[in-house]
Amino acid sequence: MSAYVLTDSWTMTRRELAHWARQPVQVVVSLVFPVMLLLMFGYLIGGGRAVAGPYVDYLVPGMLALTMAFGLEGTMLAVTQDLNKGVIDRFRSMPMADGAVLVGRSAADMLQSAIGLVVLIGVGLALGWRPQGGGGGFLGAVGLLLLFRFAMLWVGIQLALVAGRPEMVQAVQILVWPVGFLSNALATPAAMPGWLGTVVQWNPMSQTATAVRDLLGGPGGESGHVWAAVAWPLALLVVFFPFAVRRFRGLGR
Amino acid sequence: MADAAIIVEGAHKTYGGKKAKDMKKALDGLDLRVVRGTVHGVLGPNGAGKTTLVRILSTLLRPDSGRVEVAGYDVLTEARAVRFRIGLLGQHAALDEELGGRQNLELFGRLHHLGARQARVRADELLERFDLGDTGRKPVRAYSGGMRRRLDLAASLVTDPEILFLDEPTTGLDPRGRAEVWSAVRSLVGGGTTVLLTTQYLEEADQLAGRISVVDRGRVIADGSPDELKSRTGGDRIDVVLRDAGQLGAAVALLPVPEAGVSVDVDRRLLSAPVTDRMTALSRVVRALEEAGIDAEDVALRRPTLDEVFLHLTGAEEEAA
Repeated sequence: MSAYVLTDSWTMTRRELAHWARQPVQVVVSLVFPVMLLLMFGYLIGGGRAVAGPYVDYLVPGMLALTMAFGLEGTMLAVTQDLNKGVIDRFRSMPMADGAVLVGRSAADMLQSAIGLVVLIGVGLALGWRPQGGGGGFLGAVGLLLLFRFAMLWVGIQLALVAGRPEMVQAVQILVWPVGFLSNALATPAAMPGWLGTVVQWNPMSQTATAVRDLLGGPGGESGHVWAAVAWPLALLVVFFPFAVRRFRGLGR
Repeated sequence: MADAAIIVEGAHKTYGGKKAKDMKKALDGLDLRVVRGTVHGVLGPNGAGKTTLVRILSTLLRPDSGRVEVAGYDVLTEARAVRFRIGLLGQHAALDEELGGRQNLELFGRLHHLGARQARVRADELLERFDLGDTGRKPVRAYSGGMRRRLDLAASLVTDPEILFLDEPTTGLDPRGRAEVWSAVRSLVGGGTTVLLTTQYLEEADQLAGRISVVDRGRVIADGSPDELKSRTGGDRIDVVLRDAGQLGAAVALLPVPEAGVSVDVDRRLLSAPVTDRMTALSRVVRALEEAGIDAEDVALRRPTLDEVFLHLTGAEEEAA
């Protein structure tokens, strides 16, 4: 381990921030997109199927979890783009800390996701969503969401390192939709055919959504899911984090 | 050996593929020694192993076996020490395309652990030196090919490396871009930097390198100064294009060289032969053709092409085998 892990990671994070400054439209689009989905499901499509209580109280936590899950594709796209450009060769031929490229990536993505959460929560409040459960519950919920995003981030990095081609990113961009929707983000499992409801309840994202609803006192919240919402992302991290780091180091084999 | 900046002994590299038929031998026992402070050309066709060699030397790729030392450090066990001492100009621009020129240079300066101010000063120097001073905020992706290459070169010089690798630095550039890169490389020579340059063009190696290693199928098949290599191929050549292909046979007999050395291309009505004394050969051939009443469309002197040097060298190798 080099003494420069922190400085190099910070330099790489600032590189991502410089990209934002260069591409403000892209940043705005990525923030607006989940808001669009929220409005679409809230007003156009959503019927609050079998939800006990206002649908918006059910929907907003679901959308927060869904947005964290969709972050996977952004991470995968960015890493794939980097890998397919010559610049990664320059990074790897320089005496920088091993993990800095990946740490910089995750720091920037986490920051973007945090901003995304703030925007989405703001829009949710404007739509009439009224979270309960106090400051502690609120912070806990945000923590669970970011933890889930962090796990998705490393899944995304690993996918990019394994697949490594822009076509594969496209495939994943399509696949996150059914996987994301196979959850309780938008509708309760009770409103689904039995087997589907079972699949949906096992989706790690559903655990996060249920725990967040529980902490914020909304409909669809069930106590006892917080541990699962912690355990699932941690389990994903235990698998994908070392794989991704090893894979990145071994690029030269 | 204190005077060697790069030592490669018996380097092998085979690219993956689970079945034997998918495996590709990129380096097959390559040996190379580059003297400190010189420009060394590695010349060879596509697929000869040039890029693999550069990637191994710059710690991007691990050799399967063999000894590889750069600046006195082993690329496998002391990769970090190597990275402190090298600059790399790969075949594809190793730049952040979204950022501007200055931002790129500052980024690489910071990653070389220069302080913020130092990195900024260095970026300014390099922009000035490579004539990129007024590119403003324009992102690199909007640069011309020549500008991009110059910035790439500047990026590989952020810390004044001891050893600089240039992997086909002018492939894909127009003549102007090529001239720009050549003059930039020349300006480095004399500063004590060791340069290893790969190229497909004999002319480029000739222009820039003091010593050339010719590489084929993952091995060095010849090395020497550009002049030594060319004279081994028979030096300059004379090309004669006739109006009438029917006269090719008669013309071969007139050329002032043994018949065995003349190559004939009937479709192009072309004779080609090696010559030693350029001007004498030219006037003798023209006179002989005139006297024999053979009509020539074109007579020209030229240097051997890489193909010829190459065919000659590989041919000689096969005979020796």
